[in-house]
Amino acid sequence: MKLRFRLNDEDKELDVEPFRRLLDVLREDLHLTGSKEGCGEGECGACTVLIDGAPVNSCLVPVAQLDGHDIRTIEGLARQGTDGEVLLDEVQQALVSFGGTQCGICTPGIALCASAALTREPNADRARLRELLAGNLCRCTGYQLIIDALVDAASTRRGNSKR
Amino acid sequence: MTDWIRPTSLAEAVDARRDHPDYLVLAGGTDVMVGAIDRPAPIGVIDIFGLPELCVCEHDDEGRLRLGAGMSYAHLLGDARVAAAAPALVESAREIGALQIQARGTLGGNLGTCSPVGDTLPVLLALDAEIELRGPDGTRWLPVDDFCTGYRTTALAADELIVSVRLPVDSSSREQVWRKVGTRRAQSISKVMLCASTHRRDDGRLADVRIGLGAIAARPLRARATEAVLEGALPDGPLAARAAQAVLNDIAPIDDVRSRADYRRATTARLIRRWVLHLAQTSTTTNTGS
Ligand SMILES: Cc1cc2nc3c(=O)[nH]c(=O)nc-3n(C[C@H](O)[C@H](O)[C@H](O)COP(=O)(O)OP(=O)(O)OC[C@H]3O[C@@H](n4cnc5c(N)ncnc54)[C@H](O)[C@@H]3O)c2cc1C
Ligand code: FES
Ligand code: FES
Repeated sequence: MKLRFRLNDEDKELDVEPFRRLLDVLREDLHLTGSKEGCGEGECGACTVLIDGAPVNSCLVPVAQLDGHDIRTIEGLARQGTDGEVLLDEVQQALVSFGGTQCGICTPGIALCASAALTREPNADRARLRELLAGNLCRCTGYQLIIDALVDAASTRRGNSKR
Repeated sequence: MTDWIRPTSLAEAVDARRDHPDYLVLAGGTDVMVGAIDRPAPIGVIDIFGLPELCVCEHDDEGRLRLGAGMSYAHLLGDARVAAAAPALVESAREIGALQIQARGTLGGNLGTCSPVGDTLPVLLALDAEIELRGPDGTRWLPVDDFCTGYRTTALAADELIVSVRLPVDSSSREQVWRKVGTRRAQSISKVMLCASTHRRDDGRLADVRIGLGAIAARPLRARATEAVLEGALPDGPLAARAAQAVLNDIAPIDDVRSRADYRRATTARLIRRWVLHLAQTSTTTNTGS
């Protein structure tokens, strides 16, 4: 089946088996291996991507449902600066600075989910951030450094938007 | 290869369903895609996710709120009309899955699966909701209690679609409560859930009591014996105890991976008792009888 969609700000056309999982098409056909498979059942959020700006589990989406939509994966979260340098999203930068990652399997999903959540709810506080990230499990860090990073990213973003 | 039909209107979807009763109806996929990779792909899919006519939320001519079956939980959480008519439904949606599931999971999908742990079903039972089904022969409305027929079975015919859910005009004037007991707030499948609603008469007595329970039998159900104890009664401590006893006759819980039957019985009784005690405490009429 022929599909057209936006992927990380580029138009894509793809001819694929429609019922395949978006996660597999991203990893195997498009070689975007940033999206991880944790559980394969919608529980862990490691496969999170943004569809039309909303975090979803790509292990539960048949690829045909992308047709006409806008997808962002972790490969498309950072922006390019004017000199071609990589500008990390505030959430990515905070995860780096705070050490909010260990094995890294959960990290792409957490970065995307948090980035989208903060776009929608820029004033989310620590308690609300915990709720918003409830669908992203981490087996390594114990969450504390992740949440610390997200609280910091939220205030950085609020500061940036005031400038 | 799976044949993929993406109707652009409800009429097209109904025709597709008539022509292909053996195709999978797919909404957000949060039920059907779990484990799908281990099963053969369906021969065909009728993809109704985001179909505009299934996403409408509006009051009908008689003032009843009609919620499209295609509304996602994110949708429900953001709609002021739903919050006004059915606060318990909003509360249930808030605890379903997490952001990712709320973005995709739909009301129609919760009904279509009709799991004993489907969280919106006790709410729809306690609000006397009706389900709109459409097939080649037209539309029929079923009370949600008749729609759920057993363990993951419904009255939906092979050529029908779930179109909407309709709430009675009086739902906004009902006192509603929603309680979900699980291992954690997000991403957790219920051990027991309760939705209850009631009116109060001027003399403080309860009227039109409705209790929906989930995870305590093969299907979500109304606690009719308990409702009968409460109907027309003044809420007080002794009534709470009698209702908590009565509910044990309404349910048939089992032991499974999530909980045990005796825990479920004790918890259901406690939820009922606390609700009635809450009603007693919030009564505006002084209760001289107890
Ligand atoms: C991680 C995770 C957590 C979850 N947590 C919860 C929870 O807390 N509480 C809860 O209740 N559920 C939960 N679920 C289950 C699921 O998200 C819900 O049941 C959801 O409402 C299903 O909706 P859907 O649109 O994704 O359905 P789909 O998977 O697309 O469809 C489900 C069924 O309904 C049928 N169907 C859907 N729409 C229609 C229609 N309009 N007409 C006819 N048939 C239709 C389909 O054919 C299929 O049989 C969870 C699932 C996952 C993966
Ligand atoms: S791999 Fe998709 S949610 Fe776990
Ligand atoms: S860093 Fe290993 S799962 Fe989170």
